[in-house]
Amino acid sequence: MFTETEIGRQKRRIENVMRIFFLVMTSLMIIPLLLIIGYLLYKALPVLSLEFLFENPKDNMRAGGIWAPFLGTIYLVIVSLLVSAPIGVFAAVYLNEYARESWFTRITNLAVVNLAGVPSIVHALFGVGAFVLFAGLGESILAASLTLAIMTLPVIIASTTEALKAVPMSFREACWNLGATRWQTIRRIVIPNSISGILTGVILQVSRAAGETAPIMFTGAVFYKAIAEGNLFAYNIAEQCMALSLHLFTISTQVPDVTEGIPYGTAVVLVGSVLLVNAAAIVLRIYVRTRKKW
Amino acid sequence: MNILRKKSAANVPFSETVIETLIRLCGVSSIIFVFGIFFFVFREGAGFLFGGLDLGQFLTSPEWYPTSLSNKRYGTLALILGTFSVTALAMCIAVPFGLGAAIFVSEFCSPKLRETFKVIIELLAAIPSVVWGFIGLTLMNQLIIAVFKAPIGLTMLNGGIMLALMSVPIIVSIAEDALKAVPDSYREAAEALGATRWQVVYRVLLPAAKNGLLAAVLLGAARSIGETMAVLMATGHSVNIPLGPLSWIRTLTATIAAELGEVARGDEHYQVLFIIGILLFTITFVVNLIADLVIKGIRQE
Repeated sequence: MFTETEIGRQKRRIENVMRIFFLVMTSLMIIPLLLIIGYLLYKALPVLSLEFLFENPKDNMRAGGIWAPFLGTIYLVIVSLLVSAPIGVFAAVYLNEYARESWFTRITNLAVVNLAGVPSIVHALFGVGAFVLFAGLGESILAASLTLAIMTLPVIIASTTEALKAVPMSFREACWNLGATRWQTIRRIVIPNSISGILTGVILQVSRAAGETAPIMFTGAVFYKAIAEGNLFAYNIAEQCMALSLHLFTISTQVPDVTEGIPYGTAVVLVGSVLLVNAAAIVLRIYVRTRKKW
Repeated sequence: MNILRKKSAANVPFSETVIETLIRLCGVSSIIFVFGIFFFVFREGAGFLFGGLDLGQFLTSPEWYPTSLSNKRYGTLALILGTFSVTALAMCIAVPFGLGAAIFVSEFCSPKLRETFKVIIELLAAIPSVVWGFIGLTLMNQLIIAVFKAPIGLTMLNGGIMLALMSVPIIVSIAEDALKAVPDSYREAAEALGATRWQVVYRVLLPAAKNGLLAAVLLGAARSIGETMAVLMATGHSVNIPLGPLSWIRTLTATIAAELGEVARGDEHYQVLFIIGILLFTITFVVNLIADLVIKGIRQE
């Protein structure tokens, strides 16, 4: 009969040790995520309520809620989305459907990678130089949103490219053979078949834009601005606004004697909305995978 | 995809020509934006860069006194060292964990567990940097004070841990892609010779995927170098040559974020901040370029 040798036993021992070692390493990344969310929630419990969301900061931001920054973040996200979604989707369509293999395409792809790698504070400097000063927009929601839009563009381009690549070539070929032009093929076949994937990218852009602080600090977000409570149209996009991320920075570093739970409450709302949006993208992606027709 | 590309026929309607032009324009927009970023940041700082700034002093002097009344000095050595030391510390923590997790997720994991881990890693990547900074300011600050008996917990170590947590997801996802790119026939050949999983990983996969793993580390480092809010809030914010994990430091990014709001436009100090921006842009550009070349190198093999 075949019996296990000493070497074989040792091999198996090492194998088991390594498996557990890597499992522990991976698990160690889950702990901070749970710990952070748990810690923030625990500390924020005393202030979390609906009024917290719908009340302006009061008493030099030492008390009250987060209505003004919350609405400001929504404005910034929507305006930046309106700019970056069409440009990003079209850019991906160009890269995947039009561009041929050439040095120019290579450079375009490299530019996308590098755009994603530019530090957020450099985007802020760019926003100041280009939108606030050169374009004369001043520090405004519009300037901040444009800065965010350019910063988050690679997110949309990357995931849209992924979605377009997943559409089989035979779909396009069939359409071309019916005499359709390239744009007709894209509009009728390629985009409808990849729309969920494209939406996933758009959703991820929202989550990314909502959390950013540095690019909006000098381009349109202010420490404090009072707006009408309960009015969804309280901001003007040519003016400045508050933002949730900057508000968290302000009340945790610049303002003394803030009521204990408020920074934690702000952090919970920020993390909560970002994670919720991301979860939506994940669910959509799983849905797409199960519904795939080919 | 090239075979079936027809030259557009003569009967293409005008509206389609318009939309194709639009698509092409958007396609090259990334190039325009990258050049635009360099141009506009350069434009604001150029005046002082070519007229008055002592570049040698800028890069090699640790004396950063931009607001001194009698003798303004713009030395960024302490800031550069701050950036690189906190990044190095972050990589020391993030690389073993990131690569370990990538190996586990790609080689040792059941498919179901793999999906779960990937979702968690994605969620970890989604947490905004200002929240990491806030965690550093509160939870990690108290932890470091308690563990190291330090007077203040806002140190290089604090910032390094925050940066590590932020860059781990990037390292994991790119390293996992690199491991997945190794052909299955390699694994099968090794297993047929009687190798265990760990032997396959150690002897076959790691050497075969080393370029991709290197790119993963580089991109993680680039992320750390460019990170702003977390290091602004967690590293103590005092301009020092870093001497150890418990020293208070300041980085290039944090300096811009902290001081840009307080300077007048066109000021020397204002222009120096934009020159720091150019420096940061150049550093991250080079690191990203190297990572890209390393990845492209694998594809060509």
